[in-house]
Amino acid sequence: MLRVWYRNFKVWLKHLQASLIGNLGQPFLFLLAFGFGLGKSVPEIEGMSYLQFIAPGLVASAVMYSAAFEATYGSYTRLSTQGTFEAILMTPINIVELALGEILWGATKGLVAGFIMLATLPLFGVEPSVWAIGMIPLLFIEGIIFAALGLIMTAVATNYDFFNYFTSLVITPFFLFSGIFFSLKAVAPSLRHVLMALPLSSVVDLSRMLCYGRFDGLASFTIEVSIILGSALISSCIAIFLLKRRMIQ
Amino acid sequence: MPSNPQSTKTDNVLVVRNLKKNFGNRTVLKDLNITLPKGSCLGLLGPNGAGKTTTIRILLGLVIPSGGEIEVFGKRYPKAIKKVKYHIGVVPQMDNLDPDLTIVENLLVYANYFKICKKVAKERAEELLEFFALKNRRDEIIQNLSGGQRRRLLLARALINRPSLLILDEPTIGLDPQARLLMWQRLEALRKKGTTMLLTSHYMEEVSRLATQVIIIDNGMAIAQGNPKQIVEEMLGMEVMEFSGSPEELESLAKRLKNCNVQTELVGEKLYVYIKAGCSILDDAASNMSHVVKRPATLEDLFLKLTGRKLRER
Repeated sequence: MLRVWYRNFKVWLKHLQASLIGNLGQPFLFLLAFGFGLGKSVPEIEGMSYLQFIAPGLVASAVMYSAAFEATYGSYTRLSTQGTFEAILMTPINIVELALGEILWGATKGLVAGFIMLATLPLFGVEPSVWAIGMIPLLFIEGIIFAALGLIMTAVATNYDFFNYFTSLVITPFFLFSGIFFSLKAVAPSLRHVLMALPLSSVVDLSRMLCYGRFDGLASFTIEVSIILGSALISSCIAIFLLKRRMIQ
Repeated sequence: MPSNPQSTKTDNVLVVRNLKKNFGNRTVLKDLNITLPKGSCLGLLGPNGAGKTTTIRILLGLVIPSGGEIEVFGKRYPKAIKKVKYHIGVVPQMDNLDPDLTIVENLLVYANYFKICKKVAKERAEELLEFFALKNRRDEIIQNLSGGQRRRLLLARALINRPSLLILDEPTIGLDPQARLLMWQRLEALRKKGTTMLLTSHYMEEVSRLATQVIIIDNGMAIAQGNPKQIVEEMLGMEVMEFSGSPEELESLAKRLKNCNVQTELVGEKLYVYIKAGCSILDDAASNMSHVVKRPATLEDLFLKLTGRKLRER
């Protein structure tokens, strides 16, 4: 598993610059446009400035984009045109280790993107608390969820265009409706429960809590952690199953 | 090299019994048996779609068989597959070198999959680059390599774990004669060192040169098996005569040859006569007809005789 991870890490080191700018560009642009632009006309939200409100969620979104992108376009290239997966499976490494290595790698890339975003928040005038350290494991598990979802898509994809479905129907709705840009508490209860069930909603809420050290209610905390861990586990299992079906005849 | 396929179990690197594989309704392997004694090179021959690559993919765990038994190094599949694969090297039919890495990195990253420590991997990589004449291109990216260099790197990569069984799936496909010759020389050197090999190829010359034993498979079953020279002699004879002429002319010749110890095969305007023993009728015919070629019988003759001369459309 770590050997598969290592291979991807080694390749990544070669293309560090392009990879980082590509993955971090979007969240930073949103932070600028919404935080500084829209933020001027938006009153305080849950006791924070609009910039403060959206910053932790955008960190979480950077993780999502980076992990999902790697596990779709990156993994699919290794699966199809490059034949890397097949080359690896000719060695003692089996399909479960391969799938877990790919998920772990996607999560690592997600974490790197999230961490850089988090570390640069003070430049925008957002000061995280010491509790923000707790975001690191949280963002890593978030990375596992989205890397696994990406790998599921990779396992069923027939070409690159297939990932447009994933981006438009999964990633973009998650980005817009997981409470990054508006408070889910303000949404009508029936809809709120649906949106709260999205794994990214829990990540965004916990990120905001940890980022500023504002904890409210242990009950919601437990539920949110359970949603995140459950999603990571289930999506990883499905990814392993589908990749096995794809690679082993 | 004399080798006895019925020898005791422990001498065999690979034993396959009654191997079967169906993909949906399509049967690829019906009932395949293979025995590969230690130190020998087995050539697996067959037309496209005969089940050669499927057999190799089963040995690698990439295809799950529908039935049958497999033992590698005396260990049973599928239980032992992970352990066994530490000692198998593979040159695949399709180039799957890592294009994101340089030549030497390809070897080192691959060594890592076999849990070979960095120091040993580096030593072996340098040795292999030397042996395969790739040393001065070690830091080059894969895209810049020629077909021959890629194939040599694939073989070098397959040897990074010092395999006890080397699987070669059409190792010289698409190479020019010079590059092929270099590959053959390296493979012969390995065989002399005692590396056990399983080879599939469409180049009969390659198989005749490298293999100590051949199995010809068609429709998922072995249809001939043995030492390449011996089976050609036993099944066809030493020599072949090719007569050209009108179909009627050739048909009547074939009829007259019924009493000789020969086999005939009429294909269009050509009559192939596989000669087991000399025959006066044949000598007469040879002196009467203008277009006659006499040459030694080859594995290719046997292959075409057994699997047919028609193109397979599947």
